[in-house]
Amino acid sequence: MAVRVQEADFDPGAELEALSSGDTEIGAVVSFTGLVRGAGITGMTLEHYPGMTEKALAEIETKAHARWPLQGALIIHRIGLLSPGARIVFVATASRHRKAAFESAEFIMDYLKTRAPFWKKEAGTDGTSRWVEARDADDSATERWQR
Amino acid sequence: MQVMYFAWLRERIGVGAEEVSPPDDVTTVGGLIEWLKTRNDRYAAAFADTKAIRVAIDQEQADFDAEIKGAREIALFPPVTGG
Repeated sequence: MAVRVQEADFDPGAELEALSSGDTEIGAVVSFTGLVRGAGITGMTLEHYPGMTEKALAEIETKAHARWPLQGALIIHRIGLLSPGARIVFVATASRHRKAAFESAEFIMDYLKTRAPFWKKEAGTDGTSRWVEARDADDSATERWQR
Repeated sequence: MQVMYFAWLRERIGVGAEEVSPPDDVTTVGGLIEWLKTRNDRYAAAFADTKAIRVAIDQEQADFDAEIKGAREIALFPPVTGG
């Protein structure tokens, strides 16, 4: 179980290798990588709440472990100034079978989007900047896991 | 207690964190926000739409009815937009 909040970029391949190596019980590894969409923006700044962020992410991982039989899980979230195309977030889960790995990765992302204290501010190509607004669709995605 | 602000709330208020000592009759998060609004126009404007405000007490999600007694750190912020 691992959670990392960092300014630095990460290597998805190396992270997947590290997550799955040494445990031959693992039969499935699923990952999600979120990128900065570049349309109309020159960059994006990620603000967070140090301390609470790490706690919230660890709680989400614990919830996923309680719900699915996981061999491992990893959440990496970047902060600071990111350029279009840059990696923002990485979630990977490892399990004996694919269903648990697929579902838990989606569960972690849905919870992360609505529970982890991060805020995005976009710098537009027109010189203005704006805080990204939360989407109702993200709340609905999280709520469906609570039914 | 320390009150922290994030994202546009921090920008509108002008500080990221501050020590506050609300009077004894301020007992909930909702009460704290109403009290902050009386400080000056910047706070009043920042908290004009409280539907857009989320709260954490000592780094745990809470709601406006939550008691603030004994809290060390109260964070107020817009809905989160990570991922």
